[in-house]
Amino acid sequence: MAFLRTYLSDIYHGARSLLKGMKLTGYYFTHRKEIITQQYPDNKAEMKLPERFRGEVVMLHDENNEHACTGCTACELACPNGTIKIITKIETSPDGKKKKALDTFIYHLELCTMCNLCIQACPTDAIKMAQNFEHSVYDRSQLTKNLNKPGSKIREGVE
Amino acid sequence: MIEEIGTTEQGELVVNLGPQHPSTHGVLHLVVTLSGETIKKVEPHLGYIHRSIEKMCESLSYRQFIYVTSRMDYLSSHINNHGCALCVEKGMQIEVPPRAKVIRVLMDELTRLASHQLWWGAMAMDVGALTPFFYAFREREAINDIMEETCGARLTMNYMAPGGVAFDLHPDFQRKVKDFLAFFRTKIDEYDELVTDNIIFQRRMEGIGYLSSEDAISYGCTGPTARGSGVSCDIRKSVPYEVYSQVQFEEVLETGGDCFARYNVRMGEMRQSISIIEQLIDNIPGGEFLAKTKAVLKLPKGEFYSKVETARGEFGVYIISEGGTTPYRIKFRSPGFSNLSALDHMARGHKIGDLVAIMGTLDLVIPDIDR
Repeated sequence: MAFLRTYLSDIYHGARSLLKGMKLTGYYFTHRKEIITQQYPDNKAEMKLPERFRGEVVMLHDENNEHACTGCTACELACPNGTIKIITKIETSPDGKKKKALDTFIYHLELCTMCNLCIQACPTDAIKMAQNFEHSVYDRSQLTKNLNKPGSKIREGVE
Repeated sequence: MIEEIGTTEQGELVVNLGPQHPSTHGVLHLVVTLSGETIKKVEPHLGYIHRSIEKMCESLSYRQFIYVTSRMDYLSSHINNHGCALCVEKGMQIEVPPRAKVIRVLMDELTRLASHQLWWGAMAMDVGALTPFFYAFREREAINDIMEETCGARLTMNYMAPGGVAFDLHPDFQRKVKDFLAFFRTKIDEYDELVTDNIIFQRRMEGIGYLSSEDAISYGCTGPTARGSGVSCDIRKSVPYEVYSQVQFEEVLETGGDCFARYNVRMGEMRQSISIIEQLIDNIPGGEFLAKTKAVLKLPKGEFYSKVETARGEFGVYIISEGGTTPYRIKFRSPGFSNLSALDHMARGHKIGDLVAIMGTLDLVIPDIDR
């Protein structure tokens, strides 16, 4: 008799626990408002990534095509993967002074791990992280980029 | 010794589980010896995702090597970074500002919550319930959004730096975390309703994969795996770092030693993490978030060790320095490796279907085991 009572109570409690779970599943099945799935890429227009999101390294240029990079190679030294290569040149200013300046800022996106160490190392805030995250291309060579735009030069007053 | 796949002379069957099996959550390769359906022996074969992270770190500076550890246990990347930052700070004797200390603990606990949420979903999926996986990811998404806003990444943060944290908190951080906690408090009760109280789930977990406290100690198990066997091993309690000595929380201990005990430990830890975050979220001190350090960090000659409690157990960082800008040798003590070593002991004598449940309660992250 005791065996039968335990057996029946096991069945009752077991069935109850299953129904409790099913109730919750049923609730979410009937309440569409609780669904948080985003329909990417249909929602691309309204999708907004946070300001600090790390997508790729870009160099900031102002309207006169001027940047703030002095070619000090602090970012190149800070990078753990050899993602950044900076080529400098010697420029002669109108008053005859010779000065080191940036020639090419080579950025290997295919090697970058978005660790943000180069941005933190930059003394003049010349580079920053952009929010672009769709990096697929058909050829790997397209991932090697020149960050300084053609014809750009250093902004006046940046040392 | 690598066993031959096939049938042995005693009529036992030797089969592969993995490395491409969905239930192993990664590239873990188990060679299982079976007698009928009963497990006689489980032999893990590692190395499928070995990236020689320890060797890589020897050529990276003390600021650079931290980001690599996010790729070990990717579910608790904050806590791994934290352990490394602590070790460098110990060597350099850098005083961390109080604001950074609190931010670090907040981030650690959020990471622990996110990690346990994912484990809960994957655990239920391993034993055959698919729906909880989606519920778990729904809540984890909220944490990921908070992380994304403050740290700029969702998985591999690299937020902890020697001397503090890389950025200050986002202005919305406190409000969003409070909203999340209010939301998650109701959801964790739903977790219990859906899975913990479920009779099928309980029958699959109770009495399966027994690990005694002596065995847990001798195999070097840490974290929820050992605490499920009644071994008190929480680094946050025994060697408090940052502000863990000032917050009130309990070390969740279960004495069952079986799968259900380990499950309950993690569920309890989620509630403790919520309580820690609630205590700290309104008491973030102002001031600096990053201590002023030299541009090039040079650890003095010597050996340094620091340990933190990740979601899976004790994570240790051991640095030998020759006084240069790069470490001479780095050793990481990862919790997953030691926990996995107890798998053979736990699984012997159980049925093949229970192996997946036992692996689920160990909460294995394969890149953490292989490094």
